[in-house]
Amino acid sequence: MNQKRVTKISNWQIEEHVKKIQSGIITAEETVYQCLSQIESKQHLNAFLSVNEKTSLEQAKKIDQRVKKGVKVGKLAGTVFAVKDNINIEGHATTCASKILENYISPYNATVIDRLSAEDAIILGKTNLDEFGMGSSTENSCYAVCKNPFDEARVAGGSSGGSAVAVATGMAQASLGSDTGGSIRQPAAFCGLVGLKPSYGRVSRYGLVAYASSLDQIGPICRTVADAAYILQVIAGKDKKDTTCATVDVPNYKYFLNKSIEGLKIGIADEYFGRGLQEEIKDRIMKVVDELKAGGAKIEKITLPHVEYGIAAYYIIATAEASSNLARYDGIKYGFRDKNAKDLLDTYKFSRGLAFGEEVKRRIMLGTYVLSAGYYESYYKKAQQVRRLIKEDYDKVFSKIDCIISPTTPSTAFLIGEKKEDPLAMYLSDIYTVTANLSGNCAINLPIGTDSSGLPIGMQIMAAAFKEENLFWLGNYIDRCYKT
Amino acid sequence: MHYKTYEAIIGLEIHAQLLTESKMFCGCPVKFGSLPNSNTCPVCLGLPGVLPVLNKKAIEFAIKMGLATNCEIALSSIFARKNYFYPDLPKGYQISQYDHPLCHNGWIEINSDGTTKRITIRRIHLEEDAGKSVHDENYVDEYSTFIDLNRCGIPLIEIVSEPEINTPREAVSFLTQTRKILQYLGICDGNMEEGSLRCDANLSIRPKGSKALGTKTEVKNMNSFRNVEHALQHEIKRQIAIIEKGGDVDQATLLWDADLNEVREMRSKEESHDYRYFPEPDLVPLKLDEKLVEEIKSKLPELPYQRKNRIITQYNIPEYDCEILTSSKNLADYFEEVVNQIDDPKMVSNWIMTEVMRVLNEKKIDIIDLSVTPQNVAELLFLIKNETINLNSAKHVFQEMIETQEEPGQIIARLELTQISKEGELATIVQDVLEKNPDEVQSYKEGKKKIFGFFMGQVMRATQGKANPQLVKEILQQKLTGQDDTSSKT
Repeated sequence: MNQKRVTKISNWQIEEHVKKIQSGIITAEETVYQCLSQIESKQHLNAFLSVNEKTSLEQAKKIDQRVKKGVKVGKLAGTVFAVKDNINIEGHATTCASKILENYISPYNATVIDRLSAEDAIILGKTNLDEFGMGSSTENSCYAVCKNPFDEARVAGGSSGGSAVAVATGMAQASLGSDTGGSIRQPAAFCGLVGLKPSYGRVSRYGLVAYASSLDQIGPICRTVADAAYILQVIAGKDKKDTTCATVDVPNYKYFLNKSIEGLKIGIADEYFGRGLQEEIKDRIMKVVDELKAGGAKIEKITLPHVEYGIAAYYIIATAEASSNLARYDGIKYGFRDKNAKDLLDTYKFSRGLAFGEEVKRRIMLGTYVLSAGYYESYYKKAQQVRRLIKEDYDKVFSKIDCIISPTTPSTAFLIGEKKEDPLAMYLSDIYTVTANLSGNCAINLPIGTDSSGLPIGMQIMAAAFKEENLFWLGNYIDRCYKT
Repeated sequence: MHYKTYEAIIGLEIHAQLLTESKMFCGCPVKFGSLPNSNTCPVCLGLPGVLPVLNKKAIEFAIKMGLATNCEIALSSIFARKNYFYPDLPKGYQISQYDHPLCHNGWIEINSDGTTKRITIRRIHLEEDAGKSVHDENYVDEYSTFIDLNRCGIPLIEIVSEPEINTPREAVSFLTQTRKILQYLGICDGNMEEGSLRCDANLSIRPKGSKALGTKTEVKNMNSFRNVEHALQHEIKRQIAIIEKGGDVDQATLLWDADLNEVREMRSKEESHDYRYFPEPDLVPLKLDEKLVEEIKSKLPELPYQRKNRIITQYNIPEYDCEILTSSKNLADYFEEVVNQIDDPKMVSNWIMTEVMRVLNEKKIDIIDLSVTPQNVAELLFLIKNETINLNSAKHVFQEMIETQEEPGQIIARLELTQISKEGELATIVQDVLEKNPDEVQSYKEGKKKIFGFFMGQVMRATQGKANPQLVKEILQQKLTGQDDTSSKT
């Protein structure tokens, strides 16, 4: 495929990279230096909020020493990760790109961090995001806007914008993001990367700062489907610290990477190709579909009658949960407290009023409203009913087919500022992604080329909950086709 | 008296802290008296990114209470967030249960003017406790407040009655019975003063015979049984006075001030919170296996009313005595431990109800804090039974046991209290007394039989109370009626 790789560091897949580290062909230290030099030269893209240069280099040296001594190293030895700054790392700041968490240092590790570290991954730094994950462009960061490496006048997407830019530019080999309504897949689509939103409950949320608890999932942003499978293998699985994390066994994903797609059943729904979709995206996806048909997959027309209510239901449920999840930022215990406040009520009002950004305040107000006495039934409860109908639509479809193919975004990356003043237009950019969160299914973005302006086009594959292997099965086939 | 023409409608909400080892949603210990904020972790501090993990023991305890109060146990229940801002509530919401509580529709029996009345339990649900705000002047200036989050996250059950209670006395009885059950189950220590048991009331009044409900107020901060009774009496009078003047009771939340004997308004209806309850997304619905509930049921300990009935029949103790003996599990345990060692239930019951209760009341302590063990009480009673000491000396010995924690035998030896039961020895003393009081002997023989007590007293005085009174009586009678043949008795 004709997508140009921005990265300067190796195009090796992670598994291959780890093998080269293990066999001493390259060192972890060298890898970290390469990433650091990318961070330095592309600083203006605002991908990172903090970089742990010293500790990362120390860790890399230790890994290299172990390799030299012949001591076994982990499955991610010497792989450089960037982590979205709403995932806690012990001893490091967790800002969520919000002024309200000013100077907050986390005293504990998220489960995903423990799992990456146990396999000797190097976590180089924390990446930029929309404040608390609320946004689709990383314009809602209290620090700086992330710029798209393909066109710096454009957004990198969001909310995991920094995590996408870091991987797209070789500042890291892979990153972790979080996805509540599309926050991994959409920036991956805008930056020409693979972005996986695992099934709800596939990956522990312990240590992920909650935006909307029933929708949030942590997942990888990386360059290939094989990388996504490799990383998920490490971070997935039950966790006694998160009881919403499923006890469903994690299959060996590698097994599914090189399977033939002969007979694989793929669904295409008209609902995903309607008004508002950029023509080039549609054309590109249809070309891929034709190739899949030629490869032996069975393409079936499906219908998902309730997905059109997805955005409405999403913005009620997500904001309701957010209004409660963000109540703990009150200026009392940690983070920002306004010094002018003279009493308790003012401490709350001033601290929250000054330190939360516009979008966060909008969502807290919306969420507070939909949960209020007298409105709960007509908004929150109704939205939950819609959510159930959407899930039932998918359950019905997935009882017959393996994957659904759709666009990830209605358009390629938009201009910085283009939608900032129009929240509704911004919300609609999640239209194809939110239903995977509402239904709890898994979904992945694949880069499938660029539009006429050279901007990456993303395609979404969705599969039933805990059927990530189907995403990897079909996704890796497409990856392989485009590479050879 | 208008009081008689109105009736009160009272519903109680009782919060009981559960005696689990760890908190409701994290592994922090449930301990009291630790340094402020020392029993905390990221989870109970509500730090960004943490998640709750439900304590199975807390669920088991709540089910126990549900079963003991005849509730239905919901095999599927859900947790909900109760949202409000307060500095000692670090997450900005309390995890509780709302429209699907764990237990519902039960009842307990209370005492109402000597008759038994059944009060419906609307629901029992699980929730987490909040922290404590410390305004104590010893620590902070008048503008500051400290927050101690040791209590934050301790499991609570909230027991909600239907508004079927009509008098402050019934309310106290409901609270007493509830506390007794909690203590018998061993799931809450029931200490109201220390806040491990808390009681709020909803109260309205209406003319007797009326079906319509009046406007209710909620009364909080009643941290003793006395306070509950006083506060409710006071609130009933207050509401009657308002209605009698032609006014309307305002719906409000009131705080009882035990020092000033009055209620203060905490918040009016307009200021009442909208808690915006919604299902807690961080916890999956609680699904229970019916077998687990059956298992808990089969292992329920003996409950207060069961124990009372058993003690009445097993030991042949009058119901009134038994009511007192089973008023707390600890007291009933104490009674049975003593009875196990000395098979005279009536004697044991009498001793506990008089001597032991007197000490408990004087010292204002619970039986569990009594320094004398059941073994030692049994020993003491045995010494009375085998006539080593008499009842008066025994009371004296018991007092010494409380003070010195010595064994009764040691005390008797130290104080030389062994009863004089040898007839020969006593006969000599009696003879001596009679010889010293010839006038009285004369009076007695002339028919002044009342003077017998005088001789008894003189003998007791001569023996410092150690004489076996029964024996003294016999010897006196023999000597005074001139039939002196003590030799035949020895």
